[in-house]
Amino acid sequence: MPSGNLITGAQNTWCPGCGNFTIQFALRTAIQGLVADGVPLENIVLVTGIGCHAKMGDYLDINSFYSIHGRTIPVATGIKLANPDLTVICCAGDGDAYAEGLDHLIFAAKRNSDITVIIHNNRVYGLTTGQYTPTSPLGFRGRSTPGGTQEEPFNPLTLMLASGAGFVARSTSRKMPHLAGVIGQGLRHKGFSFIDVLQVCATYFNMTELYDRKGYELSGHDPADFQAACRKAEEWDYNSDSSIAFGVFYREEKTCFEERFRRYPPSLDKREAQILAFLEKKR
Amino acid sequence: MNDISVLTGGRAGDGINSAGLLVAHLFNQMGYQTYLYFDYPSLIKGGHNFTVTRAAERKIGSHRDRCDYLLALSQDSIDLHRDLIRNDTVVLFDSGRVHGEGQGVPVEEILNAEKAPPVMGNTCIIGAFAKAAGIPFEVVETVIRRQIPKDPEKNLVIAKKGYEAVHEKRVIPRAGDTCCPLLTGNEAIGLGLLHGGLDAFVAYPMTPTSNLLHFLAAVTDEFALTVVHPENEIAVMLMALGFSYAGKKTAVGTSGGGFCLMTEGFSFAGGSEVPIVVVMGQRTGPSTGLPTYTGQTDLQFILHAGQGEFPRLVVAPGDPEQAYVWSSIALSLAWKCQVPAVILVDKTLCEGTYSLDEKAIAVPATGGPEPPGNSGPYQRYAITENGISPMRYPPSRDAVIKVNSYTHDETGISTEKADMTVLMTEKRQRKAISLKGETDSLECVKTYGKTDASTAILCWGSTLPVCREVAEKRGFSVIQPVVLSPFPKEALHAALSGKREVIAVEENAYGQLRMLCTQHGIGVHHHVAKLDGRPFSVEELDARLKEVP
Repeated sequence: MPSGNLITGAQNTWCPGCGNFTIQFALRTAIQGLVADGVPLENIVLVTGIGCHAKMGDYLDINSFYSIHGRTIPVATGIKLANPDLTVICCAGDGDAYAEGLDHLIFAAKRNSDITVIIHNNRVYGLTTGQYTPTSPLGFRGRSTPGGTQEEPFNPLTLMLASGAGFVARSTSRKMPHLAGVIGQGLRHKGFSFIDVLQVCATYFNMTELYDRKGYELSGHDPADFQAACRKAEEWDYNSDSSIAFGVFYREEKTCFEERFRRYPPSLDKREAQILAFLEKKR
Repeated sequence: MNDISVLTGGRAGDGINSAGLLVAHLFNQMGYQTYLYFDYPSLIKGGHNFTVTRAAERKIGSHRDRCDYLLALSQDSIDLHRDLIRNDTVVLFDSGRVHGEGQGVPVEEILNAEKAPPVMGNTCIIGAFAKAAGIPFEVVETVIRRQIPKDPEKNLVIAKKGYEAVHEKRVIPRAGDTCCPLLTGNEAIGLGLLHGGLDAFVAYPMTPTSNLLHFLAAVTDEFALTVVHPENEIAVMLMALGFSYAGKKTAVGTSGGGFCLMTEGFSFAGGSEVPIVVVMGQRTGPSTGLPTYTGQTDLQFILHAGQGEFPRLVVAPGDPEQAYVWSSIALSLAWKCQVPAVILVDKTLCEGTYSLDEKAIAVPATGGPEPPGNSGPYQRYAITENGISPMRYPPSRDAVIKVNSYTHDETGISTEKADMTVLMTEKRQRKAISLKGETDSLECVKTYGKTDASTAILCWGSTLPVCREVAEKRGFSVIQPVVLSPFPKEALHAALSGKREVIAVEENAYGQLRMLCTQHGIGVHHHVAKLDGRPFSVEELDARLKEVP
């Protein structure tokens, strides 16, 4: 029996000031919104990777699949395909989705699997004590790159737009109501939903000042306009000091991966007869 | 006793496997038991492909070093097999492409006259073979109508022209009236999984199990099956585990290289107790090795794959009947005991075609999982006496179903507590005992041949038929552990009692089954290895056994 507040009794071990608290409450708010809309709570499944973000699987009192590093998306794709009636959410870190399991992210966008992927993008490996990630700025000094990184970050938004994602959004752990709203839209979008959440890592990469100073909410932007979405996504390259837009960059409803598969009734009564019929053809 | 071998050779793209299979079907219609070995290099067009179709009046599953009929669609088919050609070998060849002694068939002329595509060349040579072997054309017609659904009429015309182009040389008499289904090992595995209740199959193509993927992908509607081919083997394993979590009985297929990528997910399955079945077709390793050839070099890898300690089921069927039965059992037991299971096979079994003995595919009942109890809040990892916790799937009212790669408590929430770590390890150990109880109640070690013989051949997997045939000739017994994990120590010990000489026959260099036996205190006196990627022929194994001191 899940608890009313959707929070388990597990002891929370995030650092004080961690952006994950905001994401947790925003996700819970979005889930409560879905439940209020009539989605049974038992139909919701959360898949998490490995890293600080993944503790969400322990802390939220809902069905969860606490996966291995980088492998939230294939699991979520499998769950959704197995039972399209389920609402499947991935919480993944930037190390998970952009490094270890980047292939799966691109393929989920390509397939338009009807799952919602929330990236806790703190642009640093927290749990392994401070190494650079694919979205750390050039020159980031981490414990594996004491002289600064030698590579530029990539831009996950342009990557997702290029990969065919039908819902591309960005928010931040600095804006809880905005984040809850974007997650809610992502959950309601039919098809693959990608939400990059710029998250503050209080211990290893605290970008509070940058995100507050440069961040702004999109207004007057038409999310149906792919070219406009690309231009907006290119505004900030995760490296420079330009303005950082938050909101839904792109939205397009397309046929979902699951809809392309035939759904079969659960009966297996005819199996033996079908096997015999097959053997007959092989005679 | 008639025992006939037909070698069919040509270039990749000539449809040589289909030609060999048509020969097998001709024998099948003539009442023979058949076995088809397909030898091909890793390329799409050109190169030398050949099949050896063998027919006998008793059950067989291996090839012989002889050639009674040679059907050559390429010069290599003669040049590379000269050692097999004897005075009485009937040679039929495509006279447009091949210079040889025997009967030429003007394949290209016949095809051109009928405006038929080049791939029908194999139908032409099959027609010629039937004539040379005294097989009535009605039999050819039956086979073509049943086995070539695409344009049978044109194929019949071509076959007839081939039939009329040669003379009868060496008549193959009818052996009986029964004909069996001819199945590849891959098909037998797929049907066994379907029998066990398979809901979903996920795979990335890799020889020798690609044809299992192709077979299952082609029958999804008939069998209400979902088949997915994702981006790589890592995705395969994790996607499959997502299916399992959501309540679908799921299997994956791969070979050693692909399984390397799956091992992290395999360990997840072991630790999180999410069931999964892996069809693992071995080929010649290490690394890319010989992609289209066989081997038995992955046993120790499979027994130990994945970090940490967890129970696993490993079965190694030796023929299509065992492949059917044990694939069904593997799926059932994986779900009953919530463990990962491996069906460990190889190129020889996967891609060989065999006459199926339908009387030998009755699957023993294993019983389903215990229904989840209703007392108290649901706990995915409830501590139980037999180590098996009630398994529920989302959506499940009033239950929060948490599975976890971390060490976890009974509810599935991560823990680092020392006592819970021990409790969960002990739970998995009890589960291993439950699993062994299940496999021990089945015929997990098979004995064939002369049971009271003082010498026993010990084998596993696809070498079973060749070992049986040679053992019969030499008065040995054959002992085959079908289950390799949990190791059937007691049953194997009992089967080997009274044997003075135990000879392990394995297609590997290290003697991996022998190592496993030794580890369990079971002595194996000799080891006959095979390292070239080709399966033992009857003659070769016989000769190798003679060398054993």
